[in-house]
Amino acid sequence: MSLLTQMVLVFRDTILDVLPIILILVFFQVVVIRRRPAHLRRVVTGFAFVLLGMALFLVGLEEALFPLGRAMALQLTDPAFTGQEPTAPVDWTRFLWVYVFAAAIGFATTVAEPSLIAVSIKAEAVSGQALNAWGLRLAVAVGVAAGVALGTFRIVWGAPLPYFIIAGYIVVILQTWRASRSIIPLAYDSGGVTTSTVTVPVVTALGLGLAEAVPGRSPLLDGFGLIAFASVFPIMAVLGYQQLSDWRIARRRSENEGS
Amino acid sequence: MKGVGRLGKLLLQSLRDLLPIVIVVAFFQIVVLQEPVPNLDRILIGLVFVVLGLTLFVHGLELGLFPIGENMAHAFARKGSVVALLAFSFALGFGTTAAEPALIAVADEAAEIASAGGVIPSNPEAQESYSLELRMTVAVSVGVSLVLGVLRILKGLPLPLFIITGYLLVVVMTAFAPPEIVGIAYDSGGVTTSTITVPLVTALGVGLATTLRGRNPLIDGFGLIAFASLLPMIFVLGFGMLRG
Repeated sequence: MSLLTQMVLVFRDTILDVLPIILILVFFQVVVIRRRPAHLRRVVTGFAFVLLGMALFLVGLEEALFPLGRAMALQLTDPAFTGQEPTAPVDWTRFLWVYVFAAAIGFATTVAEPSLIAVSIKAEAVSGQALNAWGLRLAVAVGVAAGVALGTFRIVWGAPLPYFIIAGYIVVILQTWRASRSIIPLAYDSGGVTTSTVTVPVVTALGLGLAEAVPGRSPLLDGFGLIAFASVFPIMAVLGYQQLSDWRIARRRSENEGS
Repeated sequence: MKGVGRLGKLLLQSLRDLLPIVIVVAFFQIVVLQEPVPNLDRILIGLVFVVLGLTLFVHGLELGLFPIGENMAHAFARKGSVVALLAFSFALGFGTTAAEPALIAVADEAAEIASAGGVIPSNPEAQESYSLELRMTVAVSVGVSLVLGVLRILKGLPLPLFIITGYLLVVVMTAFAPPEIVGIAYDSGGVTTSTITVPLVTALGVGLATTLRGRNPLIDGFGLIAFASLLPMIFVLGFGMLRG
């Protein structure tokens, strides 16, 4: 398929995806609010940019990244690469490169995730630049990296998913108890925004490939769950990031007082 | 001229955002797998597209998506009709989730698991209706999430109260739900929030918290996404318990 036809198809799909949102916005604006929105032309131009940007972004990912990412996930989990015999007992050390890949790709795709960019821009603006958008995104990306790596390890190990997620919840609750009130909502939100356009396709391929390759795991039952890891760990990472910077500020202050 | 400078800055940021992926993929392809990079020319063209797309997206976000979300929040607050605001929130959550491609993929996969596990008859019609019911369950749950989340902002209640209650519900329901549905339920929380919905919903929450007296945008404005990633888990676990 030529790049141009693909572009047209993806653009059509993007418009179809966004159509419900546009209809809802127009309906409520016209029927309920009954006011012409401020800067209508600017808003419409902005929407056009978002649509065009999404379409270009998706075509580019499909062209450059997803095929390679998926192929890589399959190759790294393949017995030919790991040396894991289908009949032998599972040896978790054979999958070291899988964990490293999971962490690296989880980090890298999260940094490029458009919805996370949106939330961090908003957070920086709302906090009066007290929160740094880039620092927040890095914290979330580190969380996703840790989550996806542990998630792949769980698939190899075969331990039940709920244990991990529930343990994650307990840590989040403990951190919430100690965290400053202003970071909590943002941290909880960051769990939901990390997994979208860029991260899900690559991470899902990794989970399914791994569950296929590890003896005794079923792709249908064990292939799921990586997204769940990638949604809990960023919450811990953002809460931890805030605690770390609070702690550093406090230490600097006490050093200044001491001198 | 100012616009051009702004776009240039965004372009550089997009390049920086994409750099980690390029490094990771190149490292694993060349050093770990020790294979040549296939179709290098197509990959380079694709990367140019990704960078341009991300730049336009972020530019359009600040121009269109954020302002419209905040404008609507202000307009609803001025109108003073809670019912209209809640109806809008539900419609936004339901409407954006029902047709979400990532959700369709997960629901189809879930139907396959259910039919392999003998929960539903293994024919295409049964699978299709199971998948549709699951999707509608998730879409309703996201609608309800935004309604609950907006009510919380209006009342100024603390977010952890809701989220921790939600966690407890998830834990209890996990013990009673059929094991096949648990993985799907846990993942469904992550797939519901799409790239266009997130900025819009964030702007709505922050807009409301800015307009209402006594609300702090950072403490009260964020949190809508958190509801939208928690409630689908509870609803899907409930769906699994009802469907067997």
